[in-house]
Amino acid sequence: MDLILEGIKKAFWLLVSFDPEVLGITFLSLKVSGTATLISLFIGISVGASVALTRFPGRRIVVSLINTGMALPPVVVGLFVTISLWRNGPLGFMGILYTPLAMILAQAVIATPIVTGITLAAVQQLPGKLRLQILALGATRLQMLWILIKEAKLSLLAAVMAGFGGVISEVGASIMVGGNIKGYSRVLTTATVMETGRGNFDVAIALSIILLLLAYLINLVLTQVQQRERRR
Amino acid sequence: MKHQYCREFMLLAAIALLLVSMSSVTQAQEKTLILATTTSTQDTGLLDVLIPIFEKKTGYFVKTIAVGSGQAMTMGQKGEADVLLVHSPTAEKKFMEDGFGVSRRLVMHNDFVIVGPSDDPAKIKGLKSAGEAFKKMASAQALFISRGDNSGTHSKEKEIWKAAGAKYEGEKWYQQTGLGMGQTLNVAAEKKGYTLADRGTYLALAKTLKLSILVEGDAVLLNIYHVTEVNPAKWPKVNIAAAKAFADFMVSKETQEIIKTYGVEKYGSPLFFPDAGKKVEDLGK
Amino acid sequence: MNTSPSPVFEARNLQVVRGGSLILNVPSLVVSEGEILVLIGPNGAGKSTLLQALSALAKPSRGEILFRGQRIGTDIPVLQYRRRLAMVLQEPLLFDTTVYNNVASGLKIRGMKRDEIEPVVARALERFGIAHLRDRSARTLSGGEARRASIARAFATNPEVLLLDEPFSALDPIMRETLIEDLEHVLRETRITTIFVTHDRMEALRLATRLGVMNTGEILQTGSADEVMNHPVNEFVASLVGVETILQGKVIRKNSRTFIASVSGQEIEAIGDVDLGEQVSLCIRPENVTLSAIATGDLTSVTDTFPGTVEKITPIGHYRKVQLNCGFPLVAYVTNPSFSDLSLKEGTEVLASFKTKAVHVIRGGTRDGRTQRT
Repeated sequence: MDLILEGIKKAFWLLVSFDPEVLGITFLSLKVSGTATLISLFIGISVGASVALTRFPGRRIVVSLINTGMALPPVVVGLFVTISLWRNGPLGFMGILYTPLAMILAQAVIATPIVTGITLAAVQQLPGKLRLQILALGATRLQMLWILIKEAKLSLLAAVMAGFGGVISEVGASIMVGGNIKGYSRVLTTATVMETGRGNFDVAIALSIILLLLAYLINLVLTQVQQRERRR
Repeated sequence: MKHQYCREFMLLAAIALLLVSMSSVTQAQEKTLILATTTSTQDTGLLDVLIPIFEKKTGYFVKTIAVGSGQAMTMGQKGEADVLLVHSPTAEKKFMEDGFGVSRRLVMHNDFVIVGPSDDPAKIKGLKSAGEAFKKMASAQALFISRGDNSGTHSKEKEIWKAAGAKYEGEKWYQQTGLGMGQTLNVAAEKKGYTLADRGTYLALAKTLKLSILVEGDAVLLNIYHVTEVNPAKWPKVNIAAAKAFADFMVSKETQEIIKTYGVEKYGSPLFFPDAGKKVEDLGK
Repeated sequence: MNTSPSPVFEARNLQVVRGGSLILNVPSLVVSEGEILVLIGPNGAGKSTLLQALSALAKPSRGEILFRGQRIGTDIPVLQYRRRLAMVLQEPLLFDTTVYNNVASGLKIRGMKRDEIEPVVARALERFGIAHLRDRSARTLSGGEARRASIARAFATNPEVLLLDEPFSALDPIMRETLIEDLEHVLRETRITTIFVTHDRMEALRLATRLGVMNTGEILQTGSADEVMNHPVNEFVASLVGVETILQGKVIRKNSRTFIASVSGQEIEAIGDVDLGEQVSLCIRPENVTLSAIATGDLTSVTDTFPGTVEKITPIGHYRKVQLNCGFPLVAYVTNPSFSDLSLKEGTEVLASFKTKAVHVIRGGTRDGRTQRT
């Protein structure tokens, strides 16, 4: 119990003193996971909405794949992305292994199926005739997609939170593809694992608290947006 | 109605900003050095001192990848690292024999210590031989916590068990954590068991742990570090120039001086002993 | 050639196949400028499918539709075409935003600028009596308000044709009444070509300039309300338009203008060009049946008169539906005042009479809904 108290004290101190290393780690966490989430939103919402609205042969298989992708173990993603990005691997020419960019890539791979799956369910849940009515108003396919996405915004905001939550807390893939390099590719989760491994439990707890705070604040903002939509 | 579009634009702007800031996060390939080392090495904090000096001096950007020594060696074998700084002499020798490395040079050593509860139920305190200590612990069936993760420490531990001829595999008193050194020490402290630890990690945690050093100084407990450049003939993508620069740096007089005094201020004794230029057989004498 | 206005719609050999079955089969349909065509029919008759085909929301499997002489899809691009119509579906299907934004959505889709949209939307809101709901969230509207918003949304785009698919079903009668009144008003005022689908006969009669009866994907009959209601082309249409009495009979005597058909042993006189011995179906609308007390009846009068016993009395709104047994079943609608005058109850003996010209004759006496003549 006093270990946790130690941790809280340390967390407070680290934050209040604007410890540069901690600030750097926190900012990087936000940047990497934020970018990955944004990428996953782009791909996830467009693919999810399209699959929800189109009938095509093999659709059921695609939907199962998406749903399976939601449960994809991040560590597995990390392993495969690492192998691909190895210098002598298929994507080695990009030279991005052990960089934040690789972390963004891996996290985007993790988050995209989550966002896609939730979007798919959300759009499928919309009233069946709504699509027809939108087309009847003279909308182009693109306009129709956009309007449907706006109609599903409550669920889509949930998708954003799920996607972001999944990657801000991710550690396995991030360590593998990022290398946890000090001041460069070290984020809150990877730093926590490292400090725990070294036995510095107070620092580890402090970082965990900061991570929790960060996740909470972001979700607070998103929830506000979501529930504000509700009230209108 | 105006604010509806505003949000969309803000989103796009945020994306654009992030993508732009993204472009600054990758470095030029030739100026990058991938150093594969072990978690215990990194945990000593020595590299946090040396790397910035090296970077400033040479302009290289060093990516220190700290993993288990097994993985570090494999990275070297696959050409995914440029230079190795590890402490598994047996595995390293094979690495060199198989032609994966060029120019393997001795850098420093630290040592392992056998630590345990101060009341020392197995009565090993003060023994000069690590093997004897292990034998005694086995016969006393004293609780022993092993890292069990094929790290350098774990390999050393297995070496000593083998030499001592003691049965330990599968015994009730022998527990494997699969964790790093720091965590394993914590487990040993919690459970009042014995363990084999590198002096550096032990010293870093000594204040909070209730474990004492019971056996030290045996030659077999030496943990010897070499810096090895990966062979570019096998893997053309290896940054051999950077690797050589790093290896040269590690054995240079200035660096060796830093190694000599590292840890004294914080722990009262140095964590490492610089050995550049010496012969391995002469160590520990 | 140019004396009659060119038809707004012309469908030729229009067929829609779904899941292997032919769900719409319209060899020919012409809709003229300014008319209000009301399509009635049971569920699954193909009314919605026809509407969707006409609005290019469903692609015909065969055949073509011409809009003002241009083939949809070929001569006129689908998107452009859709933007000249407006369609209102059964559910209001409003968007999760304010009423204003909903009504404006069609205009926004067409790329209209914000300040141009404002007056148009204001006018539409005004016209349908929902100006006070302008800034309310669509989610908070009542059923009737939502439907008004939905129709306002359609009107705001100033369409050339208005297509409505049962927009007032699932509303309570009072709300329905008000909405129909308002819609009727707007339609008459704007004279916009309208196709309206419903299965409420009263609605149909109220709004239609032309009535169309559909079943199993086919249009059985089109014509003015009067034509269809009083001269249904077959029994199915007859029952759909509210002919409560349809009797099977055989022609036993022919007079100069009339003929006598034998129905369950009784003789009914009707007007029609029939052959002796022919099987006919006689349709008698309940509104055309008059009841009087036995005592005052004149059995030898020119109109068809039959004594009968009251079997069942059902109140329907402003009148009562009286089911009689005159040797054959006969249904009459009696106004409430007349009802109390006659003191009708089950078992009462009355005289039922109807004019010969009120008997609509369907030759051949077929029972199914197949088209005999349009």
